[in-house]
Amino acid sequence: MVPEIGHFALALALALALVQSVLPIAGASRGNAVWMKSAQATAIGQVLFVAIAFAALMQAFIVSDFTVRNVVENSHSLKPMLYKVAGTWGSHEGSLLLWILILAVFGAGVAWFGSNIPAETKARTLSVQAWISVGFLSFLLLTSNPFERVFPPPLDGNDLNPLLQDMGLAMHPPLLYFGYVGFSIVFSFAVAALIEGRVDPAWARWVRPWTLAAWISLTAGIALGSWWAYYELGWGGWWFWDPVENVSFMPWLLGTALLHSAIVTEKRDAFKSWTILLAILTFSLSLLGTFIVRSGLLTSVHAFAVDPERGVYILGLLAVSIGGSLALYAWRAPEMEPGGLFRPVSREAGLLVNNLILAAATGTVLFGTLYPLILEAVTGDKISVGPPFFNAAFIPMMLALVVFMGLGPFLSWKRADIAGLLDRIQFVAVLAVIAALAAWYLLNGGPIMAYLAILGAAWLLFATLREWALRIRLFEVSLAESARRVRNLPRASHGMTLAHAGVAVLMMGMIGSTGWKSEEIVFAAPGTEVTIAGFDITFEGAAKVQGPNYIADRGTLVVRRDGELVTTLFPERRYYPVAESQTTESAIRSTLAGDLYTSIATPASDQVNNAGAWTLRILYEPLVNLIWIGSILLVIGGCLSLSDRRLRVGAPRRAKQPATDAVPAE
Amino acid sequence: MKRLIAGLPFIAAVIFGGFFLWGLNPDRDPNEIPSVLISQPAPAFDLDPVPGLETPGLARSDLVGNERPVVVNVFASWCVPCRAEHAVLTRFVERDGMRLFGINYKDKPEDAVKWLNDLGNPYERIGSDLSGRTGIEWGLSGVPETFIVDSDGTVLFRYVGPVVGPDAVERFTQALKQAGALPNGAGS
Repeated sequence: MVPEIGHFALALALALALVQSVLPIAGASRGNAVWMKSAQATAIGQVLFVAIAFAALMQAFIVSDFTVRNVVENSHSLKPMLYKVAGTWGSHEGSLLLWILILAVFGAGVAWFGSNIPAETKARTLSVQAWISVGFLSFLLLTSNPFERVFPPPLDGNDLNPLLQDMGLAMHPPLLYFGYVGFSIVFSFAVAALIEGRVDPAWARWVRPWTLAAWISLTAGIALGSWWAYYELGWGGWWFWDPVENVSFMPWLLGTALLHSAIVTEKRDAFKSWTILLAILTFSLSLLGTFIVRSGLLTSVHAFAVDPERGVYILGLLAVSIGGSLALYAWRAPEMEPGGLFRPVSREAGLLVNNLILAAATGTVLFGTLYPLILEAVTGDKISVGPPFFNAAFIPMMLALVVFMGLGPFLSWKRADIAGLLDRIQFVAVLAVIAALAAWYLLNGGPIMAYLAILGAAWLLFATLREWALRIRLFEVSLAESARRVRNLPRASHGMTLAHAGVAVLMMGMIGSTGWKSEEIVFAAPGTEVTIAGFDITFEGAAKVQGPNYIADRGTLVVRRDGELVTTLFPERRYYPVAESQTTESAIRSTLAGDLYTSIATPASDQVNNAGAWTLRILYEPLVNLIWIGSILLVIGGCLSLSDRRLRVGAPRRAKQPATDAVPAE
Repeated sequence: MKRLIAGLPFIAAVIFGGFFLWGLNPDRDPNEIPSVLISQPAPAFDLDPVPGLETPGLARSDLVGNERPVVVNVFASWCVPCRAEHAVLTRFVERDGMRLFGINYKDKPEDAVKWLNDLGNPYERIGSDLSGRTGIEWGLSGVPETFIVDSDGTVLFRYVGPVVGPDAVERFTQALKQAGALPNGAGS
């Protein structure tokens, strides 16, 4: 019964979306206020019905209703409850339903909170959002119905993969989706603006909080996915340039560019057609990601089950939405009048360079991701593009970006004072060079690129701090006065400082864990000693231990430094008899200075097993935790910026909330 | 000029779309990896027979010096697709005169014996690769996998996954014919 309610709710949501895709936009062109207003009700109705469908599917997972095919294929009665719930979005159908739910949430969000947006713009935006809803709801109902029944129902479900039972995995798709589906509303705003033929600073102001919200979740989602791969999968790496990782990274890069170019549109009424293009392309890349993950176009470790029919349908959706919006852009964009002028050295120019580099970087990742496909189509050769290409092409671009990132905030709008600029940054530049030289002196070895990257990261960090210090006039005035200035500074400005500093911290983590990573793989009998990165590790042996639903071989490794006991690590190799699968549980000693990462593998053969010898993998990844800390700083910076009251000016509903009372009157 | 620039993203999208449409061709399998072993000598190995089975063990020397190219199939009783493939391979052996050798990959001997007793044993020789070491030498990406090896011990063809279904059987038959692994007139 409940699954049928869910199915029916989806059909109703589709009906509402169809109404919303026609009525409000027609109302906007005829000036019919009632038709325009209807979008509000249909958008909220849509989110309700999709939420009912989602709840119905979740209920089927919670009670393990094995008459539903999706539950049979993706759940098991013995799974812990948390992972039964997470199973709701673990499959192609369920995750698509989540996708649509988030799409509807953003639509309803604009309907609900967008009281400061003119009625026509809002009506058009919500209609465009409904077009996307219609496309994906019909896709779900026609090709991938999550509520399909199975007869006769099996006794139990099929999926009990212990590897996938992890908090990180359960949480990262919703965050990731919130990020890349969130860009849909920005896309809708852009298409609405093209239809209206008008883009102004007010438009950029409505768009920014939505962009920012999507960007924050995407950042958190990508970081969480990377963290999961690092800690849980036992691969000992945090980024692999896998196609599925790349398709989540591209919208992030372009979304970052959009965030910055929208600032210029808002403040200076410039870069208008570029901002619109970025808004369209960012969401297009999100759609491309959905397509690649679900169509089996490229080889990847984490794609969904593949069905060519679905691939063709999504490609059709892509053709209509991306092709249509870009055609509209080609038609309407040239008519947009250019905005404010600026000098070659100015905040605008700095942001322009930032945008060009980010766009070029996105292009590089796109090219690298699709190159195997293109090459195969043209010449028939099969290749895979791996980290060497991405590292060689991407890292230099990011270093250039970092130089401008440090510089940008010092520049003033329209025309910057070059002499004053040099005066303010020379100290920072000297400091950064000293830091890099010190690193060179202290650390021997490591690639040259790593030292350049250290120089870049140090430059960015010092420049960001210096700029912040200048704003609060640290040490120029009394500390109390500085503290007062800290409080008075707009939150968006603190947000920028935090996010930029976050990038510098993140870079340090990346440099440390790639440039100075050490790895030992040894075939060890009890008593074997391994020395890595200053640690002396003794393998004491391995024993069989019994867990709640698994049997494990647990190794004991005693870690000493300079003869003193540091810690004892217990890496495990677990075997789950019910699921007939094995997992590697690495043991990690995690400190800010670096992670000592150990894992144990099955012995090469039974004869060796009897001798008590095991294969040990021991890694030392310096500074790797700075990656997660930097990501957290990025997210906090984004949230601070989102909470800035300037983004809500003219939105009385929100301004009454107590949160804003904390900001003192200016 | 401005119009042209504004139209560029659209043109780029259309070109990418064309590639995607091509890529969706159901016959294309992005996971198909050209084997590094093709035209290379088969790796050296010497495997004991499966205990409890009368079939002799398998070594590289058994693959060399045969009259016609032979087929090496990697299988395991725990591998469900292998069960489906078993019938196809048996038919190739019984009807077409293909010579088949087996590598029993990471399998408990008693399970393997039971499996072969239930389904029949089309293999001339079976090596027991309990540790999976020989599987690594062969560059296995999964089970089952099937190789055609000529009388010099050179790998001529590799099939990843089960030879099941009309398309797969057709491809495999073609490869057998091209290699000359079937007696004249067989395999029609």
